[in-house]
Amino acid sequence: MQVLYFAWVRERIGLPREEIETTAQTVNDLVAELSAREERYALAFSDTSALRVALDQELSEFDAPLDGVREVAFFPPMTGG
Amino acid sequence: MIRVQAMPFDPGGELNIFTAHTAGAGAVVSFTGIVRDVAGGLAGMEIEYYPGMTEKALGAIRGDAMQRWDLADALIIHRFGPLQPHDVIMMVATASKHRKDAFEAADFLMDYLKSRAPFWKKEQTSDGEDWVASKAEDENALNRW
Repeated sequence: MQVLYFAWVRERIGLPREEIETTAQTVNDLVAELSAREERYALAFSDTSALRVALDQELSEFDAPLDGVREVAFFPPMTGG
Repeated sequence: MIRVQAMPFDPGGELNIFTAHTAGAGAVVSFTGIVRDVAGGLAGMEIEYYPGMTEKALGAIRGDAMQRWDLADALIIHRFGPLQPHDVIMMVATASKHRKDAFEAADFLMDYLKSRAPFWKKEQTSDGEDWVASKAEDENALNRW
């Protein structure tokens, strides 16, 4: 699946998007898998209460399943307007 | 109509066009957001967005407003990319037969744009640059609706 990062999440991880092969069942599983990879991921995901997640461009929750999801995006709370 | 663009726009001109094409409605309300000064002096601002999701989210927010209030039309324009102090960031406009609907819907659009539209602001000052933190009051504002 495509995993996208925005704002300071993108800066901490150091890239805007990547293709990830995963068997993670939920967003939390994916976060744990990425955090175990490298320090920069662990840093970006250290406090998921400060993050938001979108699945296929719809806001979702960290306990949501990833069945059939093609695009996951992680970002801080939005500051539009 | 929804527009997400890097290009500057003229909110007065946009409002005139919107007003002309909703002329029968009788009431138009608009809000314009402008890059404000911050303590220490703002050198500039960068707005990041999520191409695809941002347009969808704005369309959904506009759709909710159109359903909830008696509106002839609603307009959202939001910029991304580098901005200078005092640049126009965004505008919303609503047109209705009823003044109250136009005001309330514009207020609703702004509350949702603040914390449900995928935009992220980064401010550049003489101290460096930093992402603007979301405010609890902006999240709480959604409870009004």
